[in-house]
Amino acid sequence: MAEPLDDKTPLWRDQRFTGLVFQAAVLVLVVGIAGVLLANMVRNLQQLGRQLDFGFLRNQSGFNIGESILPYQPNDTYGWALVIGLVNTLRLILIGFVTATVIGTLSGLASFSSNWLLRHLNLIYIEVARNTPLLLQLFFWYFVIFFGLAQGAEAKQVLGWFLISKKGIALPWPTPGASVWGGLLAIALLGVVAYLTWRWRRWLLEEKGQHGRLQTGLLLGTAAIALGVFLFGLGWSLPRLDANNNILGGVRISLEYAAMLAGLTFYTGAFIAEIVRGGIASVSKGQWEAARSLGLKGGLTMALVVLPQALRVIIPSLNGQYMNLAKNSSLALAIGYPDIFATGQTTQNQTGRAVEIVLLWAITYLLVNLIISVVMNQLNRTIQIRER
Amino acid sequence: MSPNPLRSQTRLAWIQKNLLNNWFNSLLTICLGCLLVYGGVGFCHWALKSAKWGVIPTNLPLFLVGRFPADQYWRIWLLAVLLAGLSGCTWGMLASAAPRLFSPFNLVAVALAALTMVLFPLPEGNGVLVRGTLLALLLLLLATSWIAYRAHRGRPALARWLSPAWGLMFLVGFWLMVGGLGLPAVSSTTWGGLLLTLFMSLISIALSFPFGVLLALGRQSTLPLIRWLSTLYIEIVRGIPLIAVLFMALIMIPLFLPGNWRLDLVLRAILGLTLFTAAYLAETVRGGLQAIPKGQYEAASSLGLNTPLCLGLIVLPQALKISIPAIVGLFIALIQDTTLVSIVGLFDLLGMSRSILANPLFIGRYAEVYLFIGIFYWAICYAMSQGSRYLERQLNQVK
Repeated sequence: MAEPLDDKTPLWRDQRFTGLVFQAAVLVLVVGIAGVLLANMVRNLQQLGRQLDFGFLRNQSGFNIGESILPYQPNDTYGWALVIGLVNTLRLILIGFVTATVIGTLSGLASFSSNWLLRHLNLIYIEVARNTPLLLQLFFWYFVIFFGLAQGAEAKQVLGWFLISKKGIALPWPTPGASVWGGLLAIALLGVVAYLTWRWRRWLLEEKGQHGRLQTGLLLGTAAIALGVFLFGLGWSLPRLDANNNILGGVRISLEYAAMLAGLTFYTGAFIAEIVRGGIASVSKGQWEAARSLGLKGGLTMALVVLPQALRVIIPSLNGQYMNLAKNSSLALAIGYPDIFATGQTTQNQTGRAVEIVLLWAITYLLVNLIISVVMNQLNRTIQIRER
Repeated sequence: MSPNPLRSQTRLAWIQKNLLNNWFNSLLTICLGCLLVYGGVGFCHWALKSAKWGVIPTNLPLFLVGRFPADQYWRIWLLAVLLAGLSGCTWGMLASAAPRLFSPFNLVAVALAALTMVLFPLPEGNGVLVRGTLLALLLLLLATSWIAYRAHRGRPALARWLSPAWGLMFLVGFWLMVGGLGLPAVSSTTWGGLLLTLFMSLISIALSFPFGVLLALGRQSTLPLIRWLSTLYIEIVRGIPLIAVLFMALIMIPLFLPGNWRLDLVLRAILGLTLFTAAYLAETVRGGLQAIPKGQYEAASSLGLNTPLCLGLIVLPQALKISIPAIVGLFIALIQDTTLVSIVGLFDLLGMSRSILANPLFIGRYAEVYLFIGIFYWAICYAMSQGSRYLERQLNQVK
């Protein structure tokens, strides 16, 4: 349409041109700085007589690892030691996700309780946990609480079924063997049966308008049988002391693991509680009132109406908290739990391979966080509103 | 929220409504009450009978200023005086919109602080002098806040001088701590305790601020290369634990520098904290940038402003204002995160406690020491989070 103007925009005022020049300048700057730093590094490493090389991972490690699920001996390789550390990290954070979510959800719900005492105790917990450093909390759990409980030469009984001593905490655990798997299989089958019965009952209630009392009875019966199998079919072995004060039976977890788990759970739990509280508060008041006018009681209102809507707000923010928990698990180094960070640190002390270890750390944690993100995004997609 | 019953209700009715309104809540109240009494009695028994609190007053200077040379303590005191005066001015000016300067809550807090100063056990020696100075500091804080409150009502333009004054304060504080320019130099290896914690977090947040804002702008940029580089940096740093970044700063920075350069340990840790915080700050500021409507950009460019001017004059002032509460939150997190430098061998408040606990004289006094420094961290972080909530409310009202 319009002819290009005679007095063209000068080149230096053309946004496309300045943009290109700016990008080129930044690229040159970044590459230049990185180049100088890397050149320095290569020169410094050469002076130390080294080069970037992951071959040391095949060498014999020679250090001991306090606890591991997989078999490990000091004459295994550094690579295997790091794998053991990674497994320990995963063991910590996967359990931590579950416990932190449970504590966080309960605490978030508690801030809506009509009980004044519960509400205010909960507030104190959240304000203390959020406003003190995690590392301090970990030290407190480890040195004050668990070491305080474990003091003395002999193991002590706590809460009836737990034994605590300097060597760790012994928990009741099913005796390994075929009966455990049989019991678990039976419970799973009962679960399927209960699910089908529940569907059947709902179908009767909704489509036929029948009372479905028979099915309710069936459900209760299934639950009773499952409870029986759980209590008596799994062959629980309670930890007990023999004459020499050795702990027999049960499963032992170390004090370091327990302190890490407790610290991470209560710290992350407080943040999750705030997210849950915010999510529930974001559900409009009309939803509560509508549910109440339909005759739903308090608990049912929460479970059927409010929580499903709150979840849409909660899940995206949980992602960040889970990533924080995974990253914070690296503080295990401070209290001596052999996770990937601590084993890496020992390896680096022994071999001097700082650059390689830092790279391994970075890749490990980035991968873990990436996996968490992908899983949480998938979960997020399934709970978002599906428009008709 | 307050436990006071409404006027029409009696105390009994309040209890019935809030603690015993159905069987479940009644049971809960009884269980929690028993737990509370049991825990409280246990704690009091421990605190009064078996705890040995001697470790705190004996090591108080270590907790507060580390191994800062004792003959240079006057510099710290001078810093405290300046800080008290300037904080008082800031408080007075910020509160000038409120009808009263001292709310009952503030008065209670001040009274508690004064009581602590008078009653807190100090190591032997010039206890009276120290207590007197502390009380004088508190008085100075109150007096300057009152003067600033009155002065600001008369001349609102005074508030403009606050930011430059804090900038100057920053430089003076740095000078007093490091020395030079006529003062004897104090080596950073002697810094420790609360002083180091505050120093490192303040310097790190100040240094990470420009870097973080640039990264945030870069991530929002229309230029692809800038966007990719910024995003890459932010996402990588946010995916790595701080302790790994600190180790990297400690071990790798000497490798990255030319052979004969040596960087101070504190400086390296600050560099690590800065690089780490910048990525989080960038995400915080990005939130503010995203809240700026597109019309602002369009209005700026139709006025003929180019990109730097548009960002600097129109967009950033608004975006930063929105993100102030979140930045305070970030600063709280940073104060907590500085505890990690104790793992890499610095003596911040937590690191100093660990070194005190390693002393055979105080072995096993974990609970006392950790409770004591826990209260410090809690008080600082809680006060700041309350302050940021107050700021947030103020900002929302203006809107």
